[in-house]
Amino acid sequence: MIIGIPTESALGEKRVAIAPETIPRIIGLGFGVQIQSGAGEAAGFTDNDYLAGGATVAGSKEALWDTSDIIVKIRAPEQASSSQVSAEIALLNDAKTLICLIGPGQNPLLLELLSSAGVTTLAMDAVPRISRAQKLDTLSSMANIAGYRAVIEAANHFGRFFTGQITAAGKIPPAKVLVIGAGVAGLAAIGAASAMGAIVRAFDTRPEVKEQVESMGAEFLMLDFKEDGSGQGGYAKIMSEEFIAAEMQLFSEQAREVDIIITTALIPGKPAPKLIVADTARAMKVGSVIVDLAAEQGGNCELTRPGEAALIDGITVIGYTDFPSRMAAQSSLLYGNNVTHLLMDLCPEKDGQINVDMDDEVIRGMTVVKDAKITWPPPPPPPRLSAVPKAPPANGAESSAHLEGAPKKSTAQTLIALAAVVGLVLGLGVVAPPSFMGHFTVFVLAIFVGWQVVWNVTPALHTPLMSVTNAISGIIVIGALLQMGSDSRIVMFLAALALLVASINVFGGFWVTQRMLRMFRRES
Amino acid sequence: MSSGIISAAYIAASILFILSLGGLSNQESAQRGNLFGIAGMALAIGATLIGSTPVSYTLVIALMAVGGAAGGFVAARVEMTAMPQLVAMLHSFVGLAAVLVGFASYLDPAGHFIGAEKTIHDVEIFIGILIGAITLTGSVAAFGKLQGILTSRPVLIPGRHILNLAVATACAWLGYCFVGADSINGGIWPLLAMTILALIFGIHMVLAIGGADMPVVISMLNSYSGWAAAATGFMLANDLLIVTGALVGSSGAILSYIMCRAMNRRFISVILGGFGTPKASSGTIETGGETVAVSANETAELLTSAKTVVIVPGYGMAVAHAQHPVSELVDALKTRGVTARFAIHPVAGRMPGHMNVLLAEAKVPYDSVLEMDEINGDLPTTDVVLVIGANDIVNPAAQEVPDSPIAGMPVLEVWKAATTIVLKRSMATGYAGVDNPLFYRENTRMLFGDAKQSISEVLSAL
Repeated sequence: MIIGIPTESALGEKRVAIAPETIPRIIGLGFGVQIQSGAGEAAGFTDNDYLAGGATVAGSKEALWDTSDIIVKIRAPEQASSSQVSAEIALLNDAKTLICLIGPGQNPLLLELLSSAGVTTLAMDAVPRISRAQKLDTLSSMANIAGYRAVIEAANHFGRFFTGQITAAGKIPPAKVLVIGAGVAGLAAIGAASAMGAIVRAFDTRPEVKEQVESMGAEFLMLDFKEDGSGQGGYAKIMSEEFIAAEMQLFSEQAREVDIIITTALIPGKPAPKLIVADTARAMKVGSVIVDLAAEQGGNCELTRPGEAALIDGITVIGYTDFPSRMAAQSSLLYGNNVTHLLMDLCPEKDGQINVDMDDEVIRGMTVVKDAKITWPPPPPPPRLSAVPKAPPANGAESSAHLEGAPKKSTAQTLIALAAVVGLVLGLGVVAPPSFMGHFTVFVLAIFVGWQVVWNVTPALHTPLMSVTNAISGIIVIGALLQMGSDSRIVMFLAALALLVASINVFGGFWVTQRMLRMFRRES
Repeated sequence: MSSGIISAAYIAASILFILSLGGLSNQESAQRGNLFGIAGMALAIGATLIGSTPVSYTLVIALMAVGGAAGGFVAARVEMTAMPQLVAMLHSFVGLAAVLVGFASYLDPAGHFIGAEKTIHDVEIFIGILIGAITLTGSVAAFGKLQGILTSRPVLIPGRHILNLAVATACAWLGYCFVGADSINGGIWPLLAMTILALIFGIHMVLAIGGADMPVVISMLNSYSGWAAAATGFMLANDLLIVTGALVGSSGAILSYIMCRAMNRRFISVILGGFGTPKASSGTIETGGETVAVSANETAELLTSAKTVVIVPGYGMAVAHAQHPVSELVDALKTRGVTARFAIHPVAGRMPGHMNVLLAEAKVPYDSVLEMDEINGDLPTTDVVLVIGANDIVNPAAQEVPDSPIAGMPVLEVWKAATTIVLKRSMATGYAGVDNPLFYRENTRMLFGDAKQSISEVLSAL
């Protein structure tokens, strides 16, 4: 099947669905890839880059949409076109598959159009939140970029250093950054800001993210308030009024202190919560920056003007809605990788044919139109066994005893064993002749000496230990040598054979030990 | 020459052997220790040659020259990955020599004993040959498994425990017949029959034990070869043989114990064999989720962006002969300022200390090769752990799943590191037949393919 990558038609969209680097992996799955001429230009990829990757170039938009079986793009297809160019949705038909961001919850009309056209549609923004689907979770990869870019934009509008310095010209305090919402974007922002040397604080309604926040180098701000904000699928939920009041109080205190606020608070399917009211924002020092990553959903800050950076009473409020597009090369690469992982799941045979397998939980979740029917929202997933083992059972004592392995022998058992050994030796002493007991003494003492000496051998030298004990157990040659003086031919013969094989041991064992030991060397 | 001087020489040789083992307590003194061993052996053989009167010195020298040349030839050429096989083969020679010397001692017309002395001497011969024969065929079977001639999976004959018990009973009865026999002709048949039974028992015992239990088997056979030498010493009334045999025997016993402890298994359950058969995997947990594969390029990026890297080698590294590329990789990382160290689990590989020798061969300095207990505490602060051809020794199920077959086994806690990259040929389970939840962890990446090739690709990507 041919995969077509059109030029994004949305205004200001710089990204392209697949970067040239990813093309060979898709071709490796058996697909053909064609790209609309100039599709990658805004992201910094030339047609030649794609040709070098093995793709073909289609001259016009119509040629591309016409000859491709699978359309991979970023933004949902245009429904009505103002110019003479035909609307993208009109170029689709029931033989084609569309893979792009759809926003199925917000765009019922689009779903209607796609289903009446019979276009099999997979929404890149409807990836189920399960660990196996993470590699195709494009919302996460875009949020990551947005979080990073938010810090860069803030730094751009902030007239000072992020990192603290003591220079000959004077002392510079480090910038203080507050990140609200520690999802993927929030964590990326924390990472970027602390890497630039700022003091970073973070807040989230879900207490379980504390560890992640701290691992990225930020301080986790706690509210003295007991309410867990974890909603379904790892997202946040709406909190109680008391909680929100306490939260607002915290933000207005923090606003007086910090230089930069980055907000990333989103609740699925709801307008963004207004966390930074106008008064809070105005309480910030002049020159401070607010970056509102939730601008597209209305913004977390009351002063946010979606799509622009506004200077309001000396405070810059950035409400861009196109952070990923501002890093088009990076986001195109990650988006393309997400799509490639989806194609791998769709085409397990690597034969260039896709199989929209509705029994596969991930594919089922992403498929919003199939066989001219709207298949969104997907049925709730069946309860699954967690990959993380269950918490230890309540009777912890029992299980920990089990994990400790073999129970220790009791002192009584040891005493009984010891008594038995002593008894045996005494019994032997009664019947055995004195000459035997002499040898037996030597034997027992040698075992004890061996026991003491061998425990001191470093584990790293256990192999040489085995080979050297091999060599010295070749001492059995002494026995063979003693028997070589015998008159009996058969004894002579057996002894000669024993001498031969034991010699192999003596020489081979010492030799190989020496060879091994010579290899062990210290760091020079 | 007086027997007093010979005894003195034997005492000196015994001391030298003890010093030889003592020298292995650290790498600096190890070579000197080996030289002590060689000196002890030369002294013992020299004194024996001078003190006893063989029929022909020429024959003795010729036989030793041929045997020595053969041993030296093999020792000089053996690959370090094949060390377990060589050691197994050498064990079988000790066993064979013990059997031969035992028979020779029995048939020797010079040996006249009466009464209790005769009984004791007969028992010594019987035990010496019994242990020798088990060591002989057991080692041959172990060699076959390690060399890949025999399957490394446990070979389980139905009713094998009953069979073993029957063999043991038969041996006891044959022993009774043998000691009771009053002429050589009357005694030789029970002795031969027992030898054959012991030979069969040796093969059967080792066949039932799976490949990854080989560290225990090899240590056990090492111990047996020592006991066989000690029994020979008893039958020849030679203290030097007794001392040496006891040293070797206890050394092997300690190694077996260490290996068993490292797997949290009882010695007896290892010897009874059958571990790792499908039925043993009943206690596995449902390991949902999917693995995340990475390419050599991505691995190289992860490694170079790390500050600390720990490499965990396993038998897979030995199979793929990957130790040299791994060593080069570590050198390349060190020149980039990355701290790279090795973590060795006691039962990694097919014999105790196997990995250490392979890494030493690849010129990895031994001070960057750490034991499990030394490194486990550092793993949570490690950026990247590279697991090369190891499975059960890094399985978190050992700590987290109380009914897992490997529950309680001490493991390297690699999952605590920021990222773990597992090099593996396929998704097959390890020896224990237990699925490894490590592979499905969020911070685990899989690099599929032959270890040597993968490492070389990572190297060229650096």
